[in-house]
Amino acid sequence: MADFQGVDFLRLDELLSEEEKLARESVREFVSKEFLPRIQEHVRQDGSFPMELVAPMAELGLFGANLHGWGCAGMNNVAYGLVMQELERGDSGLRSFASVQGSLVMYPIHSYGSDAQKDRWLPALQSGQAIGCFGLTEPDFGSHITAMRTKAERRGDTWLLNGTKRWITNGTLAEVAVIWASTDDGIRGFLVERGTPGFEARDIKGKFSLRASVTSELFLRDVEVPESSRLPKAEGMRGPLSCLTQARYGIAWGALGAAMACYDEALEYSKERIVAGGPLAGKQLTQQKLVEMLAEITKGQLVAWRVGRIKDEGNLDFAMVSLAKRNNVDVALRIAREARDLLGANGIVDDYQSMRHMMNLETVRTYEGTHDVHTLILGEKITGLRAL
Amino acid sequence: MKIVVCLKQVPHSDARLDINGDGTWIQEDNLKFEINSYDTYALEEALRIKDAGEAEVVVVSIGPDRVTQALRTALGMGADRAVHVNDSAVEGSDALGIAKVLAAIVKAESPDLVVTGLMSDDGNFSAVPPMIAELCDMPSATSVLKVDGANGSLTVERELEGGAMEVVELPKPCLLAVQTGLNQVRYASLKGIMAAKKKPIDVKTAADLGVGDQVGAGAAKVRMEKVYQPPKGEGAELLEGSTDDVVGSLMNKVKELGLL
Repeated sequence: MADFQGVDFLRLDELLSEEEKLARESVREFVSKEFLPRIQEHVRQDGSFPMELVAPMAELGLFGANLHGWGCAGMNNVAYGLVMQELERGDSGLRSFASVQGSLVMYPIHSYGSDAQKDRWLPALQSGQAIGCFGLTEPDFGSHITAMRTKAERRGDTWLLNGTKRWITNGTLAEVAVIWASTDDGIRGFLVERGTPGFEARDIKGKFSLRASVTSELFLRDVEVPESSRLPKAEGMRGPLSCLTQARYGIAWGALGAAMACYDEALEYSKERIVAGGPLAGKQLTQQKLVEMLAEITKGQLVAWRVGRIKDEGNLDFAMVSLAKRNNVDVALRIAREARDLLGANGIVDDYQSMRHMMNLETVRTYEGTHDVHTLILGEKITGLRAL
Repeated sequence: MKIVVCLKQVPHSDARLDINGDGTWIQEDNLKFEINSYDTYALEEALRIKDAGEAEVVVVSIGPDRVTQALRTALGMGADRAVHVNDSAVEGSDALGIAKVLAAIVKAESPDLVVTGLMSDDGNFSAVPPMIAELCDMPSATSVLKVDGANGSLTVERELEGGAMEVVELPKPCLLAVQTGLNQVRYASLKGIMAAKKKPIDVKTAADLGVGDQVGAGAAKVRMEKVYQPPKGEGAELLEGSTDDVVGSLMNKVKELGLL
């Protein structure tokens, strides 16, 4: 199949700077040449990531690309979004790896960490020498953060952590976990290192989705960490929520990448596939499906681009990110399902990618604020009445 | 040490090519372009020499505004500065005209080494690199697959027909026209792309380089007469029927044509 060349019906490239386009092209080429030839093998295994790509990904600057200092590229948010788009054009697991490392581990250390924490972890995380994970979700709660059961108790100069975290990307791969726990003063964040007594990570197997990604459960039993491992500037809900806003922003772009991959595959397939004497693409129902896909991708691109520009201006409201994440993941999932449908029986085997994206996007719709939670965030925003 | 890398921006290898209105070249509107694949290996080889020691890498290209993207990519990969000859007077040049422009830049830069791709993906002439070397009066080697000793004289391995290799030694300054596959080409990193914004691209015309009267269609000795799609072949015969029938008729055909 020909190399993916992007979807740009409304000449949106004209809204992009030269470095934004170059960043996209470089990552696009990396995904086509290095990642896609490996994906089938990893999807067939249960929860495995092509670890040999971590070093090249770091060299490319994919970890913390929109952060400044400590070896990070310092790109603007539109360039960062385009990078996420291209990664998820490969696989949601690839984008998740970079999202977690950059937005959920490096970002909180960068924003709320001490100088010592930044100097110790940011260069290692940026260069891929250390992998991080983000422990917020628990077995008994996802969206309802204030119900968190993981507790941190202060014992003089140390803290004692107890609790369980679940659905944690890269949990067993991580050298450092950002653990959010409730204290007498509200939610606080801690950096817990692999090997700390009482801290254990185990993988969750049997996933239908994000199979090329490691998903884990973290157990903390009387884990003792020094006060110096607490993120000193993270106080209350704002800490974890601000991380989620960063990651959700990347997802709004990433989902478009998955949608583009499916649209591109369905378009190329239907032009080649002969049905009743002519190409499938020449049938009215096929054209309707393809046009719906193109229209939704185009609208989603405008949403993501606009939210990115507002984020770069520093005027971002988290509800804007909710709108972008909610819409773009929703349309991407619909597009993936339609693309799978257009591929017929061929669409159910892993020689084609639409069904893989479809299954991945079920996770993407659920994590980082479910579709429904974002609906209610937006509902509260426009009515002033909280329904969550 | 200074290294000049000549690179050409060519239509993307997956682009759909249509012939233009007057049948003299392909339709370039709305076409996606990339750096000529051979030239990416040339750039990578120069960057490896730079990584191994002290070197300044200057990338040089000719073409309209769109070429800026190719040069920025090269700067993002690690080149230090660029020279862009953006001049409509150069359009219609033959290989010698292009070589004269590039040779003028090489003379002005007086590098220790010039690295180019062996040929371009679109033109396929393989003519420009040796012409630059001749015009600059420097030794050259083509089809280079390995470069050693970049700090003294150079020992290079050249690919010959039939899989044989030839080892030659060249004093510097010299020109190497490299074959694909001699290294693994890096990607422009996000940090490199950000740094590239601040690197200079020096825009020049043929007149600036003193070759204004030696370029363009007027000066060209080789003119593009016609570009066309080869006509579809005739005489193909589709054998139909059961496998046995098809095998039988195929065997008869082979015997009929005296191929066995």
